[in-house]
Amino acid sequence: MNSLLGLLIAAPLLGAAVLLLGGRFVDRVAPVLGSALAGLSFVLGAILFSNLLGKPASGRAIDSDLFTWMHVGTFKADAAFHLDQLSMTFVLLITGVGTLIHIYSIGYMAHDEKRRKFFGYLNLFLAAMLILVLADNYLLLYVGWEGVGLASYLLIGFWQHKPSAATAAKKAFLVNRVGDIGLAVAVFLMFTTFGTFTFQGILHPSVVSSAGQGKATALGLVLLLAACGKSAQVPLQSWLGDAMEGPTPVSALIHAATMVTAGVYLITRSSAIFNAAPTAQLAVVCVGAVTLLFGAIVGCAKDDIKKALAGSTMSQIGYMILAAGLGPIGYVFAIMHLVTHGFFKAGLFLGAGSIMHAREDEVDMRKYGGLWKKMPWTFATFGLGYLAIIGFPGLSGFFSKDKIIEAAFAKGGTEGWILGGAALLGAAITAYYMSRIMVMTFFGKPRYTTKAEGGTSPEAHESPAVMVAPMVVLAVGSVFAGGFFSLGSRFLHWLEPVTGHSEGHSPVSTGVLTAATIVLMLLGMGLAWFQYGMREVPAAAPRSIWPVRLARRDLGQDDFNHAVFVRGGTRFADGLAEFDAKGVDGAVRGVAGAVGGGSSRLRKLQNGYVRSYAFSMFGGAVLIVAATLFMRAV
Amino acid sequence: MTALQLLAATGSQNASTGEAVQFWVLAVVAVCGALGTVLMRKAVHSALCLAATMIVLAVFYFAQGAYFLGVVQIVVYTGAVMMLFLFVVMLVGVSSADSLKETLKGQRVAAVVCGLGFGILLIAGIANAKLNYFAGLGSANAGGNPEGIARLIFTRYFWAFELTGALLITAAVGAMVLTHKERIEKRKDQLDLARERVRKGEHVTPLPAPGVYARHNAVDIPALLPDGTPSELSMLPVLRERGQERDVSGETVHRLAELESLTDRHLGREPKATYRPGKRPALPGQGGGEALAAEPDRPEIEGGETS
Amino acid sequence: MNPVNYVYLAALLFTIGAAGVLIRRNAIVVFMCVELMLNACNLAFVTFARMHGGLDGQIVAFFTMVVAAAEVVVGLAIIVSVFRTRHSASVDDANLMKL
Repeated sequence: MNSLLGLLIAAPLLGAAVLLLGGRFVDRVAPVLGSALAGLSFVLGAILFSNLLGKPASGRAIDSDLFTWMHVGTFKADAAFHLDQLSMTFVLLITGVGTLIHIYSIGYMAHDEKRRKFFGYLNLFLAAMLILVLADNYLLLYVGWEGVGLASYLLIGFWQHKPSAATAAKKAFLVNRVGDIGLAVAVFLMFTTFGTFTFQGILHPSVVSSAGQGKATALGLVLLLAACGKSAQVPLQSWLGDAMEGPTPVSALIHAATMVTAGVYLITRSSAIFNAAPTAQLAVVCVGAVTLLFGAIVGCAKDDIKKALAGSTMSQIGYMILAAGLGPIGYVFAIMHLVTHGFFKAGLFLGAGSIMHAREDEVDMRKYGGLWKKMPWTFATFGLGYLAIIGFPGLSGFFSKDKIIEAAFAKGGTEGWILGGAALLGAAITAYYMSRIMVMTFFGKPRYTTKAEGGTSPEAHESPAVMVAPMVVLAVGSVFAGGFFSLGSRFLHWLEPVTGHSEGHSPVSTGVLTAATIVLMLLGMGLAWFQYGMREVPAAAPRSIWPVRLARRDLGQDDFNHAVFVRGGTRFADGLAEFDAKGVDGAVRGVAGAVGGGSSRLRKLQNGYVRSYAFSMFGGAVLIVAATLFMRAV
Repeated sequence: MTALQLLAATGSQNASTGEAVQFWVLAVVAVCGALGTVLMRKAVHSALCLAATMIVLAVFYFAQGAYFLGVVQIVVYTGAVMMLFLFVVMLVGVSSADSLKETLKGQRVAAVVCGLGFGILLIAGIANAKLNYFAGLGSANAGGNPEGIARLIFTRYFWAFELTGALLITAAVGAMVLTHKERIEKRKDQLDLARERVRKGEHVTPLPAPGVYARHNAVDIPALLPDGTPSELSMLPVLRERGQERDVSGETVHRLAELESLTDRHLGREPKATYRPGKRPALPGQGGGEALAAEPDRPEIEGGETS
Repeated sequence: MNPVNYVYLAALLFTIGAAGVLIRRNAIVVFMCVELMLNACNLAFVTFARMHGGLDGQIVAFFTMVVAAAEVVVGLAIIVSVFRTRHSASVDDANLMKL
């Protein structure tokens, strides 16, 4: 079994190597090969999963020490993998959704010349993501962390001939770098504090508490910074919307289902650290609560279907982060929501991709409308994903999100009320913006004219089976995953040995909360239906009141970044340049000038006349005689 | 053994009166000589002043019982070294004198001030040293001064002596190397010199000799050109600078005319020739007299020389 | 008369020689002044020999003379060769000993 663990990662890595290095010789087989290797990886994951299930609940872990990576003095880092229930969950999600999206891409990217590269990058991403979740130490995790960042960068900028894509890739890379610095600092801190990187060596309550409260808080905060960068949480959220410039399968896989949830994984994995640092936990829940509202509000204002979904992703991950910040009450639900979100958000993105595929990459929802008749499969799967995400009773989102809201209330005190309120409000907004997307896209009259009718748009048509099939699978997951996990608290029991769990006591009873959630959801749906279903949707976005305009501008995130970091940074750099030119260079030049000036003045002593030199000697002799006589006299 | 020797041989705090007189007289001479060395404008005078000082010092050596050194001082220093100096002075230019203008600003004043300070310091130091007792060389010179020195040189100072020998050899070789001039190009023969002269474009021919006819061949008389003016090229520039030039151009013509008339009278014929300096007959086929002015020709006597 | 007067005389001659080295520009005269300084030293050495009643001072003076002779030979050779190339015996004309 241990060797399977290595093979699990090796399969996509091999795919990446072959596809990226193989040149045009592998052009033809690229889509099939990439998908097959991803599938192989999933099969291996499934075998490992069944193997884990066969073990007793407390000992469900597989370790695989591949080789000693670095060994310098007391510093030792192994390329070692650790598979437990948490990473198993991720492995299945990554390889499962990943395989589906590979298959989907066969259809979606069928006409793209750079298919080979695309599948190579996707495989590279799978490998890096698997390293991330399987690493048994933070250093190796960092490798995977940077690897997914790289793959994300490459895939966002996949259509780099578009300046917007190139810029978006750069933006994502730069913003992620800020978070990565957090993880790097965390790794440094761990080494200086604990002398090791391994989860086993660090993630134990007694070990963490031995480091002291301050160290634990600091570690928690830098880890949170890392999670914010990777998971697009406030304040490092700005890259996710622009990342939608990448091909839609990429948005589905990386920027919805897997990579952006790495932050949740990191926090859940480091639960021992966060449990010991309440301040850091508070920061985590604040970030989560703010982001879930932030993303939801942005999602409401966007007309670009992918950007609206990106806002939704941000918001849903905010839920997960919020849950993870709640401590043992929330870890399990954070991961559960992560998995169900993986299903329905991937499904939604694939649906959006299917629509774009049919409409020649048109993303403006104001130019959609009435698509349900033209694309029944897409409509059905998208609709199921929609119901799942808004928490329609019985579907996945209902189970996972309700649990988070419940846990937020269970936090207790004012804090609990605020967090729970935010989560509830978020649920209502989620219902609103998702309904808005749904209505604008599929209902009403078509707001475009096809070529047959004398317009410019192509006639919408259903996507090929290779694209529809993954959507169907994901839709099935969206519908049943939540119920399957919650039935008999299966997921809880599965994950509990790793993350620990404690039941919170909500001041509000579960029934009331559920009812409130459903009512708020219906309210959101109704408002959206009222706004967009009952009335004609204008083809161009009307000039609205300022909060809407602000939301359209991503709540000013870019303006803020520009004003604070870009302009501030420029000014700071200018100041430094000024200081360098005047202060440092001035000092250096001043010293040089002083030496030079003094030297040229001294040089006049050396006028080349022997007599002048002789005079110096004679004068020196006089001084020596005088000094000698003086000393003798004294 | 002279009285001087005896005086020097005795160890005492005071020298004899004779030595005192000798010292005071000769010390003045020595100081004057030294000052002369420094202050004389001409190097030759400086050298002579220095020689005087050295001789005085030789006498002082004798007075202090250093007979060998006294002799060496006269033979080597005053004899050889000073002659070498004089030789070089002659070589370099006996008349070369320092100009009075000081090139280095303040050097002279600084040197004098520094020198005064140094002198005062030294003298103060000596005065402070309480050098009162003089052992005298009585015992050291008992076996003769040169013998005593020889004994020391060939025993205790043997190595130093050998080294000074090596030093002298080195100095001699060094002097030869420094003054030796290696010929690095072919010696110019007559052809080369002629070519060089033509290339320079001045005075291709030998310079005209001074003197006029056979009557004046002294170097201070410039040769006369055909038109009777003196040629500057025929004279040493030095003589002209000194104003020692003797111009006989007027006299020559006058004498010539005198000679002609004398001859005519002697032969008993009418004087029919008239001398016209500067004017020459136009030869057939030539442009005129002026064109031939540069032709080296003796003054023409116009007349009926038809025979 | 105290023979220490010889030492005073030596100091005086030495000082005059040093001042001469600084003042004069003719290299030959400068050299003469150096010789004057050496001679002043010799006088002091001879006087000290008398003072101590040994011949070592005279030996040193003797060596000084040898060295001075060697120095004169080389120095004058240098002056002659400098004069040959620069047609001047002035130490101020050879002012290339600078940057």
